[in-house]
Amino acid sequence: MLKSANMPNPLLPICISGLRLIRGDRAVLAGVNLTIDEPGITVLMGPNGAGKSLLLRSLHGLITPDQGRINLGSLTVADSRTEQAMVFQQPVLLRRTVLQNLAFAAPKTAKTDRQRLIQALESVNLLDRADQPARMLSGGEQQRLALVRALLGEPALLILDEATASLDPASVLLIESLVKTQNVQGTKIILVSHDQGQARRLADEIVFISNGQVAEQSPADRFFTEPRTPEAKAYLAGEIVV
Amino acid sequence: MDALSEAFRLIITLDEDLFEILWLSIRVSLSALTIAAVIGLPLGTYLAITRFPGRKFCILLLNVLMGMPPVVVGLMVYLLLSRAGPLGWMGLLYSPTAMIIAQAVLITPIIAALSNQVIESLHQEYSDTFYSMGVTGGRAVAAYLVDARYALTTCILAGFGRAIAEVGAVIIVGGNIDHLTRVMTTAIALETSKGNLTLALSLGAVLLALSLLVNALVIGVREYAQKRQYA
Ligand SMILES: Nc1ncnc2c1ncn2[C@@H]1O[C@H](COP(=O)(O)OP(=O)(O)OP(=O)(O)O)[C@@H](O)[C@H]1O
Ligand SMILES: [Mg+2]
Repeated sequence: MLKSANMPNPLLPICISGLRLIRGDRAVLAGVNLTIDEPGITVLMGPNGAGKSLLLRSLHGLITPDQGRINLGSLTVADSRTEQAMVFQQPVLLRRTVLQNLAFAAPKTAKTDRQRLIQALESVNLLDRADQPARMLSGGEQQRLALVRALLGEPALLILDEATASLDPASVLLIESLVKTQNVQGTKIILVSHDQGQARRLADEIVFISNGQVAEQSPADRFFTEPRTPEAKAYLAGEIVV
Repeated sequence: MDALSEAFRLIITLDEDLFEILWLSIRVSLSALTIAAVIGLPLGTYLAITRFPGRKFCILLLNVLMGMPPVVVGLMVYLLLSRAGPLGWMGLLYSPTAMIIAQAVLITPIIAALSNQVIESLHQEYSDTFYSMGVTGGRAVAAYLVDARYALTTCILAGFGRAIAEVGAVIIVGGNIDHLTRVMTTAIALETSKGNLTLALSLGAVLLALSLLVNALVIGVREYAQKRQYA
């Protein structure tokens, strides 16, 4: 659990080496080598099917790669599990009320701390919906709830896979500001986005994935002004690349 | 027509014989249902969320057992409980307990197989999120049972409907003894064969009403859940 922004993040640096994942007869991750020691926000970009989701799912422990190693600080993926949280493109909420969804995710020690849950709901403008069935919320509201739920455990690493892909601009900005605040408080953020505006607003660092490999890793300002690889140039120009 | 109006009279005057039979039917089926739910729900859930070799075979077996004809179940329980059988020393044959056992054997696979399907589709939806949240083991099982509560209620109602309407198993192990093991379905069978259509018809009407009630409950529960996106 994170206590202060001044303490070094226990999950950094993230070292991924020689990561391979075979699906069918194809290497969908074809030897990913990546070191992330940037404590800010890392945005993964790349064309559809490049392997971004699979890479993040491997990092989170949802899939086991066929080859390669992942270390987070001094920890393995399995040991870092309680320090990580992930928000998916489609939020999955329990068939319970909004407040009960949060209570279910709250660490057992904080069980009596109703005040904290109320504050969390307030931070995403959902307090007046506390007692409604969570799955009756709109898509954007559900995603906001999924995000505060993920943050309840004060993760050292928060992963978002296209978490704002189908939300309206206001919801997107609200989620972005929460993510930024959380990063300032010391949580490492890695997210996937196809939205160049969002990447410019959030990213400290861009990792460009193509064909199951890391094609480019650059500071955000440099990536958008002078991408080094032809794949990244084509992607930014809106051309179809694979 | 005479028989029909007489049957109606039996029901509205709360005829003692009729209600004795009705009460025993409900007692036997509810007891069997309790046993079946206590075994079937955790079994169905466990098979839905764990992975081990032979799991698919277990699910296949449940589905086969689910379609087992009641007379076959009755015969098996009869062999088990008859004087020469392995449990013969307990002297349970031709008692309500024997009927409860037979019905429990009959509907446990039904409840297990139906709840397995329910939990399995919920598991597909929840498993990544539960993994991410570190929800495992008993906490996961409990969460699945709570979140599937409405669908599981309809599974249980289906089990009750099957048990209360079943005749083949209870007639073999119960013997349809007056004032002891006579339930609605066995009474209907006997009274019809004796030509006493009055009691048979009134019992038939009650059985029909019960089945109507169970199905209305199923629909009601389903609609309630759907309205709240809890289905
Ligand atoms: N189980 C699977 N079997 C076969 N191929 C798979 C499987 N899972 C993923 N793939 C393939 O792996 C590739 C990478 O998938 P991934 O979901 O990581 O892409 P992505 O970069 O996240 O794309 P998008 O931007 O569309 O989300 C895709 O071509 C996909 O078809
Ligand atoms: Mg993806």
